[in-house]
Amino acid sequence: MSEIASGPPRSSAGGRPEAIKAIPVRHPGRWVAGALILLATADIVYTVASAVQNDTSEGGRHGWQVIAEWLTGPLIIQGILVTVELTVLAMVIGIVLGSVLAVMRLSPNPVTTFVSWLYIWFFRGTPVLVQIFFWFNLNTVLKTIGIGIPPDGPWLWHIGTNELINPFIAVTLGLGLNEGAYMAEIVRAGIISVEHGQTEAAQALGMTRLQVIRRIVLPQAMRVIIPPTGNETISMLKTSSLASTAAVEELFRRTEEVSNFNFAIIELAIVASIWYLVLTTILTIGQYYIERYFARGAQRELPPTPFQRFRRMVFTFHAPPPLAAEGPIVIPSEHR
Amino acid sequence: MGSGPMVKAEAVHKSFGRLEVLRGIDLEVQPKEVMCVIGPSGSGKSTFLRCVNHLEKIDAGRLYVDSELVGYKQRGDKLYELPDKEVCRKRSEIGMVFQRFNLFPHMTALENVMEAPVHVKRESRSSAEVRARQLLQRVGLADKVKAYPNQLSGGQQQRVAIARALAMQPKLMLFDEPTSALDPELVGEVLDVMRGLAADGMTMIVVTHEMGFAREVGDTLVFMDGGVIVEAGKPRDVLANPTHERTRLFLSKVL
Repeated sequence: MSEIASGPPRSSAGGRPEAIKAIPVRHPGRWVAGALILLATADIVYTVASAVQNDTSEGGRHGWQVIAEWLTGPLIIQGILVTVELTVLAMVIGIVLGSVLAVMRLSPNPVTTFVSWLYIWFFRGTPVLVQIFFWFNLNTVLKTIGIGIPPDGPWLWHIGTNELINPFIAVTLGLGLNEGAYMAEIVRAGIISVEHGQTEAAQALGMTRLQVIRRIVLPQAMRVIIPPTGNETISMLKTSSLASTAAVEELFRRTEEVSNFNFAIIELAIVASIWYLVLTTILTIGQYYIERYFARGAQRELPPTPFQRFRRMVFTFHAPPPLAAEGPIVIPSEHR
Repeated sequence: MGSGPMVKAEAVHKSFGRLEVLRGIDLEVQPKEVMCVIGPSGSGKSTFLRCVNHLEKIDAGRLYVDSELVGYKQRGDKLYELPDKEVCRKRSEIGMVFQRFNLFPHMTALENVMEAPVHVKRESRSSAEVRARQLLQRVGLADKVKAYPNQLSGGQQQRVAIARALAMQPKLMLFDEPTSALDPELVGEVLDVMRGLAADGMTMIVVTHEMGFAREVGDTLVFMDGGVIVEAGKPRDVLANPTHERTRLFLSKVL
């Protein structure tokens, strides 16, 4: 049987043909698979949740009551502040150090290139836990830190190791110096990703090497640098729990201490997890907006933020689709 | 400014590894002269242009801009490499326009034009902005000051690039195949701007494949092949009556 009838239906004589309204293909398999996966997930969540609920090891109260109580307890909140502090400080050290190391690595001076390479080799090659351990115990071998000629004095300036390096400083140093090595490679990748013509154009205008890097190359490298840096920050948030080994009272250490006297181990682990998830979510949102900022000039039009998209959806949800009969075809910006 | 030639090359040689790209270039460009350089790809014409503002170092010979050595200083019979700061200062007096525009994509057209005056010449932002707007108007882009490069057509981008170079008030402009990356219909708008520049008395060296432009605007035409200047003269003469066989062969393919 021929399907060629009398041509496509016309909306008006000689005009554009009517928009196609076809019945979509059904996908029963997708529905079944979706239902099964949902069922399995619900089962696992329920099993764990009810096990926690039935746990009455802490003075006969149910697990979720314990979680609710400790979630906003002052001890935990103080721990969160320390965790955030550690993360921010370590990342600041890491980013600054990483940028310097990356520029050193790419410099024409073979000595700076080698020193940068050596640093990255050392700090990526040893576990961060060992590095924290090293800084924490430095005072056992080195009693005084200072500047002197020769290096072991007489001193121009000096301070006792114990005064300079308390546990918090030891951990911040350990995390930050280690992060610097990773950030160096991230920044270097970003710098390399910028087309060489950009450097040439800037040089031709008379810009110095440092100006070229700061004004032209780095801002463009940011687009490549930001996503892995966000990744590193999120990773750092959780790696900072290693500070508990150096007796720094951050989030994980606090939950451990609490569970040491109320025995609600899993409950407090859940409290810690909830907070780590909340902080990670905040960081993810922050990263999205930073990426958007550095994308200026890279896309013709910035895509709408999820919030803008949600608002648009609410306001246009019930509006009829635009008439296809008139005007040029408009491709929605998301598909460009 | 000296009264001698704006650019003077004496036996300029340049190699990349074992590949000798320039094998003895001698030429002079007088102030207000427009010199067009043509030749097959790989003939060394872009390399020569890049030597003039020291983006490439020459290996032998002498190259002068405005009666001063490019990249070196001569004291007695010894040559001293110029420190970076001096190289930058000299580059800032020479404008360069690239085949692929090389606009800064993270800056608007206006910011692109203001960048060097503000950060190299240390002009105030306000006066730099006034002049940047004038320059963008001059290249016909007064309505595009806020546009980012990727919101502009190739021809518009190249005109912004010309305005960016002019913002430094250069005494010499170098054009490296400025229309080769453009759609044919956009070539005209860029050539129009360059024509205007030439009419205003700008000294220009233009590496190009636009024979019409060379004939009409150029004061001299240089044909390069294999790292040497094969033939030079008045554009009309060279294009109409090439004396050298290689020139004739090249022109028969491009005209």
